[in-house]
Amino acid sequence: MLAKRVTFRRTGLPLALLAPQLAVTGVFFLWPTFVALKQSLYRSDAFGLREVFSGWDNYRALLFHSNYLATLERSAFFASSVTILSLVVGLVLAVIADSLGRSGRIWQALLVWPYALAPAVAGVLWAYMFDPAIGPVTHALAHVGMEWNHVLNSGQAMGLIVMAAAMKQVAYNFLFYLAALQAIPKSLMEAAALDAAGPLRRFFSLIIPLIAPTTLFLLVVDLTYAFFDTFGLIDSTTYGGPGNSTTIMVYQVYKDGFIDQRFGPAAAQSMMLLLLVGLLTLVQFALVERRIDY
Amino acid sequence: MVRRATPALRRAMSHVLLGAAAAVLILPVWFALVASTYNGADFLGGRVGMWFGQHGVATYQAVITGHGTIAMALPNIGQALITSTIMAVLITVGKIAISLPSAFAVTYFEFPLRGLWFALIFLTLLLPIEVRIVPTFQVAANFHLLNSFTGLTLPLIASATATFLFRQTFLSIPEELTEAARLDGASPLQFFVDIVIPMSRTSIAALTVILFIYGWNQYLWPLLITTKTSWSTIVMVIGRLSQTAAEGDPVWNYTMATALLALVPPVFVVVAMQRLFVRGLTETEK
Repeated sequence: MLAKRVTFRRTGLPLALLAPQLAVTGVFFLWPTFVALKQSLYRSDAFGLREVFSGWDNYRALLFHSNYLATLERSAFFASSVTILSLVVGLVLAVIADSLGRSGRIWQALLVWPYALAPAVAGVLWAYMFDPAIGPVTHALAHVGMEWNHVLNSGQAMGLIVMAAAMKQVAYNFLFYLAALQAIPKSLMEAAALDAAGPLRRFFSLIIPLIAPTTLFLLVVDLTYAFFDTFGLIDSTTYGGPGNSTTIMVYQVYKDGFIDQRFGPAAAQSMMLLLLVGLLTLVQFALVERRIDY
Repeated sequence: MVRRATPALRRAMSHVLLGAAAAVLILPVWFALVASTYNGADFLGGRVGMWFGQHGVATYQAVITGHGTIAMALPNIGQALITSTIMAVLITVGKIAISLPSAFAVTYFEFPLRGLWFALIFLTLLLPIEVRIVPTFQVAANFHLLNSFTGLTLPLIASATATFLFRQTFLSIPEELTEAARLDGASPLQFFVDIVIPMSRTSIAALTVILFIYGWNQYLWPLLITTKTSWSTIVMVIGRLSQTAAEGDPVWNYTMATALLALVPPVFVVVAMQRLFVRGLTETEK
């Protein structure tokens, strides 16, 4: 149902009501996207004086003659690590809280607040804890014989941003999993218990399938967050380094387009990002449709 | 009952586990709080421990006023706090103010190309700022929006999410009310202001909580659109401070104090308005 059965028949008024939203959308969303699309098909001439149409050259250069494929792979690794870590931790915490019934509620605020952290803030808190020179956690790790230096060690740099990024989504996933668990009819669980199914068996053969729609939904939300909302996190912890080892797609498009002013390649990257958001959004909508069936 | 059968020991274990998880989540904030109570010399001398130092008041005074800090040009965090507050409020109010009428238009009116306009609003979901970073900046610069509240907020206030949410809310308002309003000779705008908006106040409140956090936490756009330190928002300052600290300047105390000041307002909103927050979160993500 798109609209009400009882509607008003006017033309001027609804258009006037829509005008502000459409104006902002047109000027700051659609027009820049069109410009990006156009820029992605042009390149500056040798003197940087004018733009020359170059067809797919920017895309070809991006995919076959640059390190962009490595950036894609890195971004996929980062996003899936953040997603898996925060889904698993969120679910475990939600199962424990749910098993406590009403008294599990007292922990909700203490587990959900990290949702309010800006990625840049979460990043800088973790960057301090793990600072190679003075970080308290670095010192603790040194005591147990582990050397931590994410400024030099690219694996540790990736580990740091994954942990810092997961913090926010753990809170988010916990909240949605708890709601999903509480919506499971108690009679189902009692029946399973009467059939002498142990807690582990109940978890894997009953709870996991029942909350699968929530898991799918969170999967898309977490991936979208990790791919697109983590710019500030990178920009306050590793700055994409060491080398390029934590330069994910949104950080590279910023470096190429804004810092280095290479508009053609940056615009081509914008189009790649657009494809990715489009794909994730489509999946999300398909899931919402399916969720109604459950 | 399965639940009642849970032995007391297992319940206690569950509480301990949740408490441990909560402690791990709060640990970074604790370390930040401790770090903010030392001074630069303490960091260089390795005197920063797990408990508070002597210089807490000095740190926060220096950070908020922007005076008395060492050689580095520390942005005035007091001013950044004000800028952030105004920005977050303008984004929140702006998104709600343009989304309520547009949702009303697509829900309650029949007019030409309604589906097309609706689809255009929908398209913004596909276009986060990260996707169109350079041209959006160019457009804003052409309009002379650098270093202004208009520039900080206007390009962000289009909202498909808010429009969808309000449309959903409007659809649940009984049709009889529309008919009654018509019979009483109320104009569409009267109906909108006197009936539709008051009946949507819970949705508006829930969305306000979510949007405030969204607005406050903006990072990339303020970084692009502001070129003067005096227009810094508190969240975007953090990137600069952390870089200075990582380069070896002993400014972790200022950096951590700034991070804490940046996280208090949105965290307070979540904790104080938990019910609205949860409602807003679950409604906007459908």
